[in-house]
Amino acid sequence: MRQQSLLRHAGQRLLGVLPTLLLLITVVFFLMRIAPGGPFDSEKALPPDIQANLEAKYHLDEPLLQQYFRYLGQILVLDFGPSFQYKDWTVNELIAQGFPVSLTIGGFAMLLGFLVGVTVGVLSALRQNTAADYATMGFAMLGVSIPNFVVAPVLILLFAVYAGWLPAGGWDGGWRSAVLPVITLALPVIAYIARLMRGSMIEMLHSNFIRTARAKGLPEWHVILRHALKPALLPVISYMGPATAALITGSVVIERIFAIPGLGSYFVQGALNRDYTLVMGVVIFYGFLIIMLNFIVDMLYSILNPKIRYEER
Amino acid sequence: MKSAEPAALDAFEAALTLGDVKGRSPWEDAWHRLLKNRAAVISALLMGMMILVVIFGPMLSPWDLDYTDWDHTNSPPSLANGHWFGTDAVGRDILVRTLQGGRISLLVGVVATLVSLLIGVTYGAIAGYYGGVTDRIMMRLVDIIYALPFMFFVILLMVVFGRHIVLIFVAIGAVNWLDMARIVRGQTLGLKRMEYVEAARACGVENRDIIRRHIVPNLLGVVMVYVTLTIPQVILVESFLSFLGLGVQEPMSSWGALVNDGAQDMESAPWTLVFPAAMLTITLYCFNYIGDGLRDALDPKDRL
Amino acid sequence: MALLEVRDLQVSFETPDGTVEAVRGIDFSLQPGEGLAIVGESGSGKSQAMLAMLGLLAENGSASGVARYRGQDLMAMTPPQLNAHRGKDIAMIFQDPMTSLNPYLSIERQMVEVVRHHQGLGRREAQTHAVEMLRAVRIPDPEQRIKQYPHEFSGGMRQRILIAMGLLCEPAILIADEPTTALDVTVQAQIAALVREVVARSGMASILITHDLGVVAGVSDKVMVMYAGQVVEYGTTEQIYHHPQHPYTRGLIASVPRLDQVDDRQLHAIPGNPPNLLDLPQGCSFRERCGAAFEACGAAPELAAAGQGQQVRCHLERDA
Repeated sequence: MRQQSLLRHAGQRLLGVLPTLLLLITVVFFLMRIAPGGPFDSEKALPPDIQANLEAKYHLDEPLLQQYFRYLGQILVLDFGPSFQYKDWTVNELIAQGFPVSLTIGGFAMLLGFLVGVTVGVLSALRQNTAADYATMGFAMLGVSIPNFVVAPVLILLFAVYAGWLPAGGWDGGWRSAVLPVITLALPVIAYIARLMRGSMIEMLHSNFIRTARAKGLPEWHVILRHALKPALLPVISYMGPATAALITGSVVIERIFAIPGLGSYFVQGALNRDYTLVMGVVIFYGFLIIMLNFIVDMLYSILNPKIRYEER
Repeated sequence: MKSAEPAALDAFEAALTLGDVKGRSPWEDAWHRLLKNRAAVISALLMGMMILVVIFGPMLSPWDLDYTDWDHTNSPPSLANGHWFGTDAVGRDILVRTLQGGRISLLVGVVATLVSLLIGVTYGAIAGYYGGVTDRIMMRLVDIIYALPFMFFVILLMVVFGRHIVLIFVAIGAVNWLDMARIVRGQTLGLKRMEYVEAARACGVENRDIIRRHIVPNLLGVVMVYVTLTIPQVILVESFLSFLGLGVQEPMSSWGALVNDGAQDMESAPWTLVFPAAMLTITLYCFNYIGDGLRDALDPKDRL
Repeated sequence: MALLEVRDLQVSFETPDGTVEAVRGIDFSLQPGEGLAIVGESGSGKSQAMLAMLGLLAENGSASGVARYRGQDLMAMTPPQLNAHRGKDIAMIFQDPMTSLNPYLSIERQMVEVVRHHQGLGRREAQTHAVEMLRAVRIPDPEQRIKQYPHEFSGGMRQRILIAMGLLCEPAILIADEPTTALDVTVQAQIAALVREVVARSGMASILITHDLGVVAGVSDKVMVMYAGQVVEYGTTEQIYHHPQHPYTRGLIASVPRLDQVDDRQLHAIPGNPPNLLDLPQGCSFRERCGAAFEACGAAPELAAAGQGQQVRCHLERDA
């Protein structure tokens, strides 16, 4: 019974995702078409092979609408076309090249952010209004406020330039080159989750059902871990969607500062060089990723919250 | 009430009047709570100072924004040569540039927030007021847009239309109105159903007066909190774009652009990084504390 | 030896507007199997006194005094020591069944954990026991329904579940804090009857907290009337019903609707509101609402014996 309604819920949500994706692709496509000096103008002197390749690829002689549907069809089979700047590369190849690196850093940052953020938030809630709590929350506020691109140079200065413990940049796939980027990327996530977690944990600890659990004579750790933690985690779970978006955005800056050849670096290069096909491809790819992760988070939330179906009716 | 003695009634009346002496309006209450929040008060004072310095500082400085002092390139902060925050590699005064950058950053923050406020309040109020199908369609659209990768859209707009400061306002404001629309819509919807609003309507109070006396004051709190929390977000977005080289262009600069410049030279001239970075961070920190303080003051839900 | 003996229990709360003296020193004792009702308006401190005894006060609250359960002072216990008694020897049922169950855990998990923790039963035995208890409080189809979550039950059903949960370890004392207040009127009578039934059947001692003297009969042997954090009258149910001595108690009795007396009397209401605990009046706390107040009431009266074990805090009765 529960599985069934969960599946139905998933189906509905998945249907809801489609218009978003369609809108994403449509907006990106038409933005590119109206762009002054856009990719489909031939004013720019392009190498003839790419010019020919493009014209073939985008069927520029066809009516606009037909081109649009053709583009849609291409996206459907995940073909983003050739890159403007990186000759001999397709956007697909660039994504395949850069994304695994970005994913590694982003994934570790997310993991670190979640684990540390939740732990710090719970501990802070349990010591509410003590000096330790105030200090922690002050730091968390700082973490929320300091931009990535300020933290990164400072960390490089401290740990790479002055202390010399870690490389200042570059990427060799080893853990040493990942430490600083992952920490930089994770800091705001840690800070945000800690604040969120503290707030929701305090709310839970004041709730009637926690009082019931205490009145039952259960040990304090049992009350906190079994009764309070799960509901307190729900807002954090909801935040995982936006957190992913923030991480992806953050990775753009981090990869640039630490000279990491991830997808973000390609994207910024593409944006600065007006590499339209690359920018389009990456935006759609990231958009798809964020939308799908939001969907997964949404599902996770429904599974954790037994009330959700009830409230929807 | 046959059995209630007159003496008791008098006492009851006296108790009632006594109890009413201390009546405070919710706004006064909120104001008192805000003043008790030390972090918020200090932040507000700091921000006031920051705004004054950013506006009037460049006028008082002996240096021009793009004046290059060839005698003092890469000078560390020094009182002797008049470059209090030092100079960069081509001898430009960091203090003036930081203040000037602050003007742009704060301006973007305020203007773009106002843009999003305008769109969001209008949209949200319409959806909430009309309700029904209108509301459902309008909010569905918001949901759809909400799922889009916001930052990438701003970057895309920058790439397509070129970098222009007005475009930054519009781009950020135009994608940032969604939260505002949701909040205002939810509030309007809730307020519409409130007993006191219905009571006012039943008493024949005019729509205009209902909106003025009941709806607006109640919206005001949420909107104020939201605005103070949006400004730092927008400043952050602008700095982010400028840091990537997609924001304002030379000779204009903003804190993000300055941090980017500073980060290039941080090993030889760390002061070019430290000052704009510190100003930016302090500003964001203060705005967040003010927003937090306002929220706690206006919504005393978890007050012990 | 009394099962529970409470001496000079005081509770206060720190609030932004000052210190609230919620309970200003109460004393009572409870014999095994005895039923005590604590009656008073909201804010009279009756719930807070019980919460303080079980260490369940909100963080801004503090308590002092002695509460000896079988000779051991609950107030002096560390949380782990207290946990050995909570739920096992002393169970408490709260007034809001809609929010008192954890909405994220199935009824089964919430019941089984109590038995497993206090009695060390295995999962299967604990489950069987929980189902039995649900059946005892007349939850239909308990084997299936125990798998469900709180939101799938009505308010009355949830209160039944909470009662079943309280009975799991066969406690010596059951504290019921306004168990019917948050429910629909039609359900109230059923739950009141259920409480009466389980208390009578198990022979445990009970403390019933209520603002309604009408539900006391049949559950409680003794009644303690509280006003503004103090006991104003104490006696057997019989005495309180038939010979109420404090003007406040009389007011409470007059405000109980009675079916057995069909006459043209109007329902009585006590005028005014409970006093502000931040700013208590000088002298007797009830003075401002009391129809019989006179000069002596400017000084605070003591709780004094008024014959046959009855006690009353009023200048009138002492002088009489």
